[in-house]
Amino acid sequence: MAGAWVFAEVTPDGPHPAAFELLTHARSFDDDPTAIALGPGATAAAADLGANGAATVYASDDPVFAEHPGRPAAHVLAGLIEAEAPDVVLFAQTYDSRDVAGRLQGCIGSALMGNATSIADPRHARAEIFGGTKIVDVELAGPAPTLILLRPKSIAAEPTGGTARIVPLEAEVPEDERGARIVERHEEAASGPRLEDAKVVLAGGRGLGGPDAFAMLDELANEIGGAAVGASRAAVDAGWVPYSYQIGQTGKTVKPEVYLAAGISGALQHIVGMKGAKRIVAINKDADAPLLAMADLGVVGDLFQVLPALTEEIRRRKGS
Amino acid sequence: MNVIACAKLVPTGTPTLGPDHLVVRSGVDGALDPGDEYGLELALQLTEQHGGDVTVVSMGPDEAGQALQRALAMGASRGALVSDPSLRGADALVTARVLAAAIKRYPFDLVVAGVESTDGYTGTVPVTVAEILGVASVTAVRRLEPSDAGARIERMTERGYDVYECPLPAVVTVTAGAVEPRYPSLKGIMQAKQKPIDRPSLQDLGLSDTKATQTVTAVKDAPTKAGGEIVQGDEAVVRIADLLAEAKVI
Ligand SMILES: Cc1cc2nc3c(=O)[nH]c(=O)nc-3n(C[C@H](O)[C@H](O)[C@H](O)COP(=O)(O)OP(=O)(O)OC[C@H]3O[C@@H](n4cnc5c(N)ncnc54)[C@H](O)[C@@H]3O)c2cc1C
Ligand SMILES: Nc1ncnc2c1ncn2[C@@H]1O[C@H](COP(=O)(O)O)[C@@H](O)[C@H]1O
Repeated sequence: MAGAWVFAEVTPDGPHPAAFELLTHARSFDDDPTAIALGPGATAAAADLGANGAATVYASDDPVFAEHPGRPAAHVLAGLIEAEAPDVVLFAQTYDSRDVAGRLQGCIGSALMGNATSIADPRHARAEIFGGTKIVDVELAGPAPTLILLRPKSIAAEPTGGTARIVPLEAEVPEDERGARIVERHEEAASGPRLEDAKVVLAGGRGLGGPDAFAMLDELANEIGGAAVGASRAAVDAGWVPYSYQIGQTGKTVKPEVYLAAGISGALQHIVGMKGAKRIVAINKDADAPLLAMADLGVVGDLFQVLPALTEEIRRRKGS
Repeated sequence: MNVIACAKLVPTGTPTLGPDHLVVRSGVDGALDPGDEYGLELALQLTEQHGGDVTVVSMGPDEAGQALQRALAMGASRGALVSDPSLRGADALVTARVLAAAIKRYPFDLVVAGVESTDGYTGTVPVTVAEILGVASVTAVRRLEPSDAGARIERMTERGYDVYECPLPAVVTVTAGAVEPRYPSLKGIMQAKQKPIDRPSLQDLGLSDTKATQTVTAVKDAPTKAGGEIVQGDEAVVRIADLLAEAKVI
C-alpha cells in the first residue's frame, strides 16, 4: 500500500478545509494517510484531521512556521521524508501550500504536478489545463515521493470520525535558513459566509464600472441572506475589491447552489473557478458574452437596472 | 540594486498540444507572458530609483528571443536565453534548474518573476529557483521597497496582506495590478536591437540531466456545459427570482 502524506495548512481557525479534501483523495489509495501540520494550532488541529481520516499527524506548534512561511516547513518536510520515505505528498493548490511544495521540490528533486483534480495513485494523476478546457492524465517519474497539488473543491471531503495518533515534531530551524519574516498582518474584516461555503455567490466584474457598484451586490446578498459576494480578476486588479473576492484559476473555487455573475464576460480563467455551480445566472449587456452561453439563465440587460429590480422583487416576495 | 527578471514566451491565444502531448511552442505566435511584465516593470522602477540594472532571463525555443526584445525595449539592459532541443517538454523542476543556473551567471540582489505563467500556471518555478539558489523568497508581492534589513515587502493573502522583512538577495513573484507595465517607446525599441542577448548552452550552465519527470499519457476535451435559456427585459427579474426560489435559497 502506498504511503500518502497530506500537508495540512493550519490557520487561526483550525486546519484549512482543503486539508480534509486532501485526506479524502489520499484515502482512495491509502487507508491510513499521514498528515503534517506545522505552526501554532497544529496539535489542536490533529483532532479534526483525525476525524477526516488521518491515521497519524506529525505536529509542531512552533511559531517559526507562521512567522517564516514556506522555507522552514519545506526543510522540515524534507528531513521527515528522508526518514520515513512516503510515496506521495499531497498539497492544496493555495498560495501558501504551493510555496512549501515548490521549495520542497528544490530540496528533494522530485516531480511536482500542479492543478491536479484527481489522483489515481502516487504516480498517476489528472489535471485540467488551458483554463479547464482539456483534461490530461499525467504520469510522474523521478525519486519518491511525488508532490501533487490538488485544486480545492475537486471532491467533497468525507469525514471518517476517526482519531489520529499525534507525533510531536521537534523542529530546529537555523536562523539563516528561515528566509523572509512576517512583521505585520493586515486583515479585512470578513462579514457574512465564506465565499467557498456560501449557498449563493453573487460575483461582479469589470461591468460594475467601479467599487461603488459592489454595494448593489451587497444589498442583494443581504436580501437573499446567506449569500457571499465575489468578483472577477478584472475587478480585483482594478482595486475595487480585495483579492479575497477573486474567483477563478488564480482565486477561489466555488460550488454554490446558485452562482450569479453581473458584468463578467466569462474568460476561461474565471470559468475554472465557478463552473461547478449547480445553477448559473449571468447578467450581461453583450448578448455574445461567453458566460451567457453557458448559463442556465442568461439575462441580456443592463446590470444597473436588473440588480436593484431583483433586490426589490425578492423583498416583495418575502414581504407577501 | 541589480535585478534579474524571469520572462517566459507563451503562445498568444489558446495554446495547443501536439501529437506528442507537449505544448506547441515552435512556429506559433508567441509573446512575453503578460504576467511577467509586472515583475519586469517593478524591476525597472527599482533600478531607476536605486541604481543598478535589469537582466532578463528566459528558457524557451529560439522564438523566445522575440519576448526578450520586448523586455529590452521596455528598458532591461541585457538578456539571457537558454534554448536547447532537449528542453522541449521541460517540467517545473528542469525549468527551475535551468533558470537558477542561468541566473547565477550574473550578480543580483533580487530576482523577479510572475506569480504563475499564463500557459502552465503551476506557480512553483520561482520558489524552486529560490531554494536551489539558497535564498529567501516572497510570492504574490504587491509592493517592495529597499530597507535596512533588505526589503520591505507586501504580500497579498486570502484576507488582506502581510508585510515582510526580507533579506537580500531574494526571489519575489509580482502580482498583476502591483504596477502598471510601460509600453516600449520607439527609442527603446531602436536601442533594444543593440543590447546583448547571451545564449549559454546547457554545458555552459553545467547541466546534463534535463529529462522531464512528467509525461502526459492521455488528453481529452473537458465536457462543456450546455447553455440554458436567454431572457431579456422585465421578464428577466421575475425569472431570476423564480430560479432562486426553485433552488430554495430565498
Ligand atoms: C494567468 C491568468 C490567471 C487569471 N486568473 C483569473 C481568475 O482567477 N479569475 C478571473 O476572473 N480572471 C482571471 N484571469 C483574467 C481573465 O482572463 C479575464 O481577464 C477576467 O476574468 C475578465 O474579467 P471580467 O469578465 O470582469 O471583465 P471583462 O472581460 O472586461 O468583461 C466585462 C463584462 O461586463 C459587461 N458589461 C459592461 N457593462 C455592463 C452593464 N452595465 N451591464 C451588464 N453587463 C455589462 C461587458 O459586456 C463584458 O462582458 C486570469 C488571467 C490570466 C492570464
Ligand atoms: N521557461 C521560463 N523562462 C523564464 N521564466 C519562466 C519560465 N517558466 C516559468 N518562468 C517564471 O516562473 C513564473 C511561474 O511559472 P509557473 O511555475 O510555470 O507558473 C512565470 O511567471 C515566469 O516568471
